[in-house]
Amino acid sequence: MTEPVLQIDSLVKHYGQVRAVDGLSLTIGQGEVLGLVGESGSGKSTVGKCVLRLTEPTSGTIALGGRDVTHLSRRAMRPLRRDVHMVFQDPYSSLNPRFSIEQIVSEPLLRHKLARGREAAERVAAMLEKVGLRTEMMTRLPHELSGGQRQRVGLARALILEPKLVVADEPVSALDVSVQASVLNLITDLQRDMGFSCLFITHDLSVVEFLADRIAVMYLGRIVETGPTAELFAGPRHPYTQALLSAAPVPDPVKARERRRIVLGGDVPSPLDPPAGCRFHTRCPLAFDACRTVEPELADPRSGAHPAACHLVTAEHRPDAAVPGRTIGY
Amino acid sequence: MSLLDVTDLTVGFDTEDGHVHAVKEISFSLEEGEILALCGESGCGKTVTAMAVPRLLPPHTTRLSGSIRLGGRELTTLPEPLMRQVRGSEVSVVFQEPMTSLNPSFTVGFQIAEVLRRHENLSRAAARGRAVELLELVGIPAPAQRIKEYPHQLSGGMRQRVMIAIAVACSPRVLIADEPTTALDVTIQAGVLDVFRDLRDRLGTAIILITHDLGVVADIADRAVVMYAGRAAEQAPVEELFARPRHPYTLGLMRALPAAAVAGPAGRRRLAEIPGMVPSPLTDPDGCAFHARCPRRQDDCLAARPPLVRHGPAHLAACFHPGHPGEQP
Repeated sequence: MTEPVLQIDSLVKHYGQVRAVDGLSLTIGQGEVLGLVGESGSGKSTVGKCVLRLTEPTSGTIALGGRDVTHLSRRAMRPLRRDVHMVFQDPYSSLNPRFSIEQIVSEPLLRHKLARGREAAERVAAMLEKVGLRTEMMTRLPHELSGGQRQRVGLARALILEPKLVVADEPVSALDVSVQASVLNLITDLQRDMGFSCLFITHDLSVVEFLADRIAVMYLGRIVETGPTAELFAGPRHPYTQALLSAAPVPDPVKARERRRIVLGGDVPSPLDPPAGCRFHTRCPLAFDACRTVEPELADPRSGAHPAACHLVTAEHRPDAAVPGRTIGY
Repeated sequence: MSLLDVTDLTVGFDTEDGHVHAVKEISFSLEEGEILALCGESGCGKTVTAMAVPRLLPPHTTRLSGSIRLGGRELTTLPEPLMRQVRGSEVSVVFQEPMTSLNPSFTVGFQIAEVLRRHENLSRAAARGRAVELLELVGIPAPAQRIKEYPHQLSGGMRQRVMIAIAVACSPRVLIADEPTTALDVTIQAGVLDVFRDLRDRLGTAIILITHDLGVVADIADRAVVMYAGRAAEQAPVEELFARPRHPYTLGLMRALPAAAVAGPAGRRRLAEIPGMVPSPLTDPDGCAFHARCPRRQDDCLAARPPLVRHGPAHLAACFHPGHPGEQP
């Protein structure tokens, strides 16, 4: 069996008292796109930053291609950076405004001493073509480009070294729908053609439904449910996932008005002091006694179904009275 | 006569780069208790159109023509002191970002009461009591405690509810909401949209909702105006609009949504793209503004600007080649 491209084990990242990520494990296989979904403050971006070592994990391990990189020095990390690149949300602030597009896209080549001069320029031109930009763009500055074009430059920079893993943090969230569509098509094409694995971080369920092979749903620093995309969308098992799917806007007035939305009470609790037991119990319409004291594991004793961290799913602490609640669906 | 009638509204701005044509000859009406969505992508003029109603556009650089009548009264020529009375009590606004529109140094109770004391001459105590009722109306738990809190103590969803409470404090006839849920998470967004629906149902408030999100339009609006490059491309009741979009831009937007992905070659899922870019607002050429990006483009699209034509009860589209009524998005 080949090593997973990315393996995260029991990752914890605390910023002072803030428990941004609090015990998270996931793996991404070769050529796989994992959609990491969550709302603001769920810790999804922190996971991405930890993978790139843009921030140091508090504990846990991160392995790239089977090699533990959690404690590598900056110097030891450097050659590995060829294989992992990032695409950021904001195409305005993630490109240096004083650099030409050629300088921006060629920087990884120069930094890793893989090409320079004429050869670098040729590779940049070829990469720009792959992301759908004309080579005349090479001499332009970021401010001369539209948002969609800038995001293509961000993709070109991330992909020019043909990385094994791309971490994309909300790469299309700042774009208008019509531009978003073309960038999503482009990401799908590039991913299929180049075969990189992708950790795709987003709040937008429809985006990951479109391009992810597998989904992991985060709530307050932990994964509450994970499974193959089609299966998870067809049969969400965790009450939070069910609520999230039911609340997502549907661009169809008939369906939007017929469906039953699960409106969650209250707000997301502070990650300074997450609730005891199941972190979701304060908003869960189905919570019972065990949920307030025992934290559910992300595991499923029944084979064949995808895991969800909920006592109603694992059945271990489930009181019989709560069984009918499982039929809420959405 | 409708509650609000906007006729041939044209708004431009004088800038260093020249005259920006933001909104061109837009007409629409709003009935009592109706939720009208102004939708479109960045720069289409949806916000400028709506902000022209309470005259919240920069006065020195704005060039405005056309008519805006609220309850039969012309607002474009109303003297500023009278306009100040209209703002807040007849037309009020909820902005996108609740953190920057609330004053961080005053309690939310004070900020709600301020509106009531100014417009309705309520006493301090009466205004405070009414503030508690308003917070309850917008679904904030424990309102008597919440009025003593400062904006930073509230979550994003709660702050937006406070903004709505301030906006409806004087029971305005028209509430303008500019992307009110765009900054919020989906589970919070659902609750805030319910507040708007509830206000309409209980108080009969007419709402103009500015949004880029067709999901929000489908969810809450009765009728929608789809804008493109400063003009109305299409206007229809939402069921009709989503079932039978007649303008190719509307259809393009619906097909570009990830939810509308279709199977493409080699088993790949594809989204329909709208090629090209929005034309510069510095120019206003003849012909259809969408023609350069339009799959149905023909010679006549360049020669003249397509007028809004009726395609059914309350369904208008500005296109010479409006597709077939049976065409599904």
